[in-house]
This record gives sequence, C-alpha cells and structure tokens, in this order.
Amino acid sequence: MSNITLKNLVKKYGDGFPAVNDVSLDIADGEFMILVGPSGCGKSTLLRMIVGLEDITSGDLLIGDKRVNDLAPRDRNLAMVFQNYALYPHLTVFENIAFPLRLAKGHHDESDIKKKVNAASAMLDLDEHLERKPGNLSGGQRQRVAMGRAIVRDAEAFLFDEPLSNLDAKLRGQMRTEIARMQRRLGITTVYVTHDQTEAMTLGDRVSVLKKGVLQQCAPPRELYEQPVNLFVAGFIGSPPMNFLPARVEGSTLKTPVADVPVSGELAEKIKGKELVIVGIRPETFKDASLGDTQAQGAVRFTAPVDVTEWLGNEQYAYIPFEADPSVKNKLDELDRDLDGEGMRTQLVVNLDARSRIREGDDAELFFDPALMHVFDPESGECLTRDEEEAARIVEESEADRKRALERARQREGKVTGDVPEDAEAS
Amino acid sequence: METNVSNKVRNWLAAASVPIIIWTVIPLLWILATSLKSDAALADSSQNVLGNFWPKDISWDNYKLIFTGGAKDLFLPALWHSIVVCLSATVISVVLATFCAYAIARLTFPGKKLILTTALGVSFFPVIAMVTPIFNLWRSVGLFDTIPGLIIPYLALTVPLSIWILAAFFQQIPWEMEQAAQVDGATSWQAFRKVIVPLAAPGVFTTAIIAFFTAWNDFVFSLNLTSEHARTVPAALAFFTGASQFTQPTGAICAAAVVVTIPVVILVLLFQKRIVSGLTSGAVKG
Repeated sequence: MSNITLKNLVKKYGDGFPAVNDVSLDIADGEFMILVGPSGCGKSTLLRMIVGLEDITSGDLLIGDKRVNDLAPRDRNLAMVFQNYALYPHLTVFENIAFPLRLAKGHHDESDIKKKVNAASAMLDLDEHLERKPGNLSGGQRQRVAMGRAIVRDAEAFLFDEPLSNLDAKLRGQMRTEIARMQRRLGITTVYVTHDQTEAMTLGDRVSVLKKGVLQQCAPPRELYEQPVNLFVAGFIGSPPMNFLPARVEGSTLKTPVADVPVSGELAEKIKGKELVIVGIRPETFKDASLGDTQAQGAVRFTAPVDVTEWLGNEQYAYIPFEADPSVKNKLDELDRDLDGEGMRTQLVVNLDARSRIREGDDAELFFDPALMHVFDPESGECLTRDEEEAARIVEESEADRKRALERARQREGKVTGDVPEDAEAS
Repeated sequence: METNVSNKVRNWLAAASVPIIIWTVIPLLWILATSLKSDAALADSSQNVLGNFWPKDISWDNYKLIFTGGAKDLFLPALWHSIVVCLSATVISVVLATFCAYAIARLTFPGKKLILTTALGVSFFPVIAMVTPIFNLWRSVGLFDTIPGLIIPYLALTVPLSIWILAAFFQQIPWEMEQAAQVDGATSWQAFRKVIVPLAAPGVFTTAIIAFFTAWNDFVFSLNLTSEHARTVPAALAFFTGASQFTQPTGAICAAAVVVTIPVVILVLLFQKRIVSGLTSGAVKG
C-alpha cells in the first residue's frame, strides 16, 4: 500500500492531440480516488497510464516514492479490474484468482496460494463457484472473480476501470457498496474510473473531475456539490443537473428569466462591471410556496408556468421552460455539449416535495434561498460565489472522516476475523 | 452452440443440406464400393447391385494387393513419405504462422501490410508455375527426391494460408486478456503462452488441419519433385499398374484412396471439439 503521485502528466497521441493534459494529483495512502468526467475526457487513459498500459508522454508518476514512468505493468505491482473483467476463460475461478500468485514464481507455495485464494473467495462469497469456468458465471459473479484476482495479491493499489458499467442497476448498487466495504476493510489506495456520478459521489474520498484531458477540480464529493470551481463541474455533478439561468446585472439586482434576485456584499463587488452572469441553482433549492414551509430570510418568490411534471413517489420534478438570452445561449450550448448533452430546449428543472400538488399546466408559486445560489462568469466559467474557507473546512472534515473510517474498519476487522486483515496488512 | 435461429428456419436448413450431403458423399461411397469389388465384378455389372454400385460379394483383394501384394513396394513407402512430409510441413508451418500472426494482430511495425499482402500473393500463385523452376533448382542443390525437398514447397503453400487464418483468429481475442495478464505480473512471453495460446487453441487446430490437408492432397509437387525416395501417395497412385497390362488398376487405386482418406477422417473426428470455437465466451461480458 502506498500513495500515488501524478506530476504534470501528459499523454499525447500520434496526431499530437493531448488526451491527458498536465494532470497533477496526490493520492494519499489508503485513499479512494475517483476519476470522473464525460466520455472522451481522458479518465480511462489516465488510469491506464498509472497502471502502465499507456506510455507517459511527459511528467512524472510516482508510486510510493519511486518514479515508475518506465516500468512495465508487471513491475508496478498494481492490481486492476477491467471494465469487461478480462477473466481467463480457459481457467477455473480458482485458477483465475490464483493466476497472479502463480506468476510470482518462488514467492508462494501451493498451500500459501490455496490459503490466499480461499480467503479472497470467502470475502467475495465465491466459495461454491471455485471450480467453475467464467463462461458459466453471471455478470455479478464474474465481476467478483475479477475483484478476487485483484485482492489476492498484496498490490500497492487497486485500479478500477468502470467496473460496474456492465451490470444491471440493482446489481450495480449492491456491488458499489461491496467495493466500498472492501476498500475500507483492506485500507488500500484505490483509483476508480467511472462516468456514473452516483458511484463518484458515494464511493470517493475525493473526486477528480476531468474535461478534455484537463483536471477541473479534485475535491471531496461535498465540496464538488456545494462549492464547484466552475460551470463545468457545477453542471456535471448532480442529477438532475444544476439549472443555469442567464442573468442581466442591473445595479445590485440579477435579472433572471424567472425572477429578480437582489445581491449584496462580496458578490455584488465581484459582479460589478459585468453585464451578464450565469446563475446556477440546484433543482432541490426550489420549494413549493403553497406547502407553507418556512422560508429563509430574503427568500426569492416567483410564479412560473409548469410545462411537465414527473412524480416519482418520493419526489417530484417540474419542468419550466424559459428563453435564454442569446448572448449567453452559445456558452450554455457549449457547456451542454461538453456534458454530453443533446442541446435541448432551455428549461428549469425543479425538484419538489412529493406532497406538492403542482400539476402540468399550472402556474406554480416557488421560492428559493439566494444564499444557495451559484453565480458564474459567462466568459471564464469561473464560479464567483465559491467560498474558499468553506471549501477548506469541507476538505478537512472529509479527511478526518476518512481517517476515522479506516481506523474503525481496522479495529473492527482485528476483533471479528483475525486472519484476513493480517494478510492484507502484511504487504 | 445456442443460436437464435427459430425451429422453422432450422428445419429448412436441414432439408436444404440433404442434397448437398448426398452430392458430396456419393463420390466417396463410390470409391469405397469400387475398392471392394473384385476384378471380375469391376468388368461385369451383373455381379453388382444397385445399378452397378455395390458388389454382391465383397472382396478384399484390392487391399491385399496394396498392403501385401504386388503394389506393396509402391504404396507402403509412399504412405510413409506422405505421413512424414505432411506432419513435418504442418508442424513447422503452424509454429511459424502462430508467431507471425500474433505479431501481425498485436504489434504495429512497418511492413505489416506488406507481409500480409505478400502472403496472399504467394497463395494466389499457380502451383504449376512454381514447379519447373523449383525442379531445376532442387536438382542443382541436391534436394530433388528428398523429404526436405518436398517439405519446403509445402511450407510455401501452407504458411501464407495459416498466417491469414491465425491472424484473423488472434484479432478476435480481446486485448484486455493480455493486458490483464501483464498487470497480473506476466511478461509478454508468459502472457502469450499462458493466456493467448490456450485461447487460440481452436484456431491453431483448425489451421493445422487445413495445412495438413493442403499438403496431404498435393499432387503436382510430389509428382515432379520426387522419383522414389520421397514420393507421396497421391503421386504414387498414378504409377499403379494392373495385374496384367490389359487390366486397369482401378480397384487398387480406389483401395489406396480409401486408405489415405482414413487419417483425414480420424483427424477431423479427433479435433472436432477443438475446432468448434466459442472457447472465448465468458472471457468478457456477454
């Protein structure tokens, strides 16, 4: 187990296109790091550079404190789970898991291999399948075999390349918690590539958001959600995504298509001199005024026609179309393309309480707390409302949480089953 | 193998395959029937049933003739030559082609296209056009009428064919398999030997069988590049003679033809399971 350091990593393909551009990351020992981004953002390439399947064009990659740029994959001692599992179809489950041990000649005798494979299979609930071939297993079982092959070695780190994308939704949820549990239990450094933001938000100690090979923000999930650095991160994280409204600055008022929002203090200083800004509001920030919930000080009320509603049982989505200002329309369209969107109509998504009686075609009366609003510079995309102090506090908090969770997992493991974690620690 | 073909379509396919099976099987049966006829029955249709097809009294004279009788000295060495030459040519060509095809499927190197095109070009070349120059060359270097002198031209026939089949086969094996092996700690050679070769086994067997048939059935090279020390069965059959100069050696030729068909049949039956691919299913999703 060790930390992984990426220093200004660049990957250029033959045509000079940088698939990964100047990415620097510090992945701490035992940390769960997520790489996330829309398709083609270079997240898989970055992972394959770490494991050694892609050459590094420039920059340094350190595992522990050793520079490994020029080492072959087999000398980096990393374990990887592939998107399509890449199990060896001619070997039984037992032999698949034992494969890396058998390759390390002289390190393990037969009884040692047996013990290690059995420990891994017990952990992954594969005991009754050990003699079967991968072809006869279900998707979830194959996934677990692939994980078994990774955990059986005392690898420096685990690397996952979209490991759950081939599973159906229910199994994906189960495997997600399984991976989280396993990572905490083994306390091993993990780098996990995904395009699914539920996985990104739930699994990661920290999440790195990439766009076109460039690292946008690397932060704990909560910071990404509450304090995004720019328009792209704000739009990528969250489902349904954040609403972006063009707003005209008139004195200390932001005039959006749905409501006028008064601003003051630091923000008012920042937007001074700008004609237009983009206002970002999360769908759940909006509330149905008719429910009579308490409103925050200075809440902004407005009435808008609801086009479509979707009732999901525990919550309800309402869609409110609006006309975007043509001067920011281009920016919003570009953002939409960056996020793999289809360039559909501009609309406001509102996440309402399930009790809400607002129906399609109604004029809904809504309010929101302007303190929860994000304001972005339409030119640079930079977030003007980001609170650095708050962000630092979240980072500190999540780091403390992580250490506590690891500590707790280690203690509990020590009490319940003595043998498995000792194996893992022995590395 | 499970497919999505409906029952109806399957029945139709079965019905359509019957005439094709008859078309291909009847000549073989005819050879078998002829090899079982005595000299008298060959000339007299009244001794046969089913319209001169099957002999009323089965005679093993033709087989005795080629194994123990007058044609023994011609047939048995030829059979031995056939086996040695074809097995050697097959093994060499499959080993060479496996490495070559793996390189073509996995690596990028200059001249990759050239190798494939050349291989294709060589297999287009008419055999008869190669025989005369090889004959002259072999005579001057002393390879005429030797076993290696026959193996080398057979390699020229089978290697290009094997490269093409195997390259297609290697390309089907997901590259992730190999990358997974490398991450698991394997060298390139270990990944090739422990993962790729077992996965490619059905393809290698298919290639081996096709290469073997190509060499086994060759007539032109054997006829022209040998005289007695390396002559294989197909060419030797041409030199069979009848018991007297007025009898045609039809029965003996047919018996020999049946004998040389048997190894081919055994090979196919033996490796039929390996030839059926689908071994890779389960390696990756779906």
